[in-house]
Amino acid sequence: MTNILIIILSSLGAIFILLAAIGFVRMPDAYLRISVTTKAVTLGVGLILASAAIYFDDLSVTSRVLAIILFIILTSPVGAHLIGRASYFSGNKMWEKSITDELDGKYQPNSHRLSSGEEFEDEDEKRKKKIKERDLL
Amino acid sequence: MTIEEYLYYVILPILAISVLLVFCRFVIGPSIADRVVALDLLITIGITLIAIYSIVYDQSTFLDIAMILGLIAFLSTVAFSYYLEKRNRKKREKQRRDD
Repeated sequence: MTNILIIILSSLGAIFILLAAIGFVRMPDAYLRISVTTKAVTLGVGLILASAAIYFDDLSVTSRVLAIILFIILTSPVGAHLIGRASYFSGNKMWEKSITDELDGKYQPNSHRLSSGEEFEDEDEKRKKKIKERDLL
Repeated sequence: MTIEEYLYYVILPILAISVLLVFCRFVIGPSIADRVVALDLLITIGITLIAIYSIVYDQSTFLDIAMILGLIAFLSTVAFSYYLEKRNRKKREKQRRDD
């Protein structure tokens, strides 16, 4: 019974990792590649480590495996976000068929701060606007 | 066919093929972000290889090394992205000063 469970879990994990590797080669764009690797590979690694935990059937091994799975689930989205952010700043182009770039013009180019695009006006213009509003009132 | 044989002759070759595919992207990847992600992915597949080997040779201590590899993978990705971003910022400031 445990053998069948181990075979099913490890086969599923290996298939997910193989699909992620194929997608990593075939995808047209750095951002799509990042999205492929974070999801499919995390699932595959979790399944194969779970099969190892079932094979040993020991509390210390199971807790170690759970620690590894938890760590990978916590860190892989963070790492993907960081590297995607860095590649967006370095001017990496998106795929030419992608429809929209919602971050376009919303990052301040020098300080790399994200905003809605309205608070980049110069302080002088803001002051002038305030004075105008006061005059109108 | 025992479970060890199944893992050794079916699962390990699949993982080896996926390592080769990722390594292709590591070599040809056009931008540096692709290479960093490929490195991260190679280490993550290495964790699964270690898990499979620990089942095949019945040595549960191999999993400690898998844990440390996971730590190193995250650390290297964070460091690479930090320095990439810093480099871009410096380049842009220099451009601005030249203008």
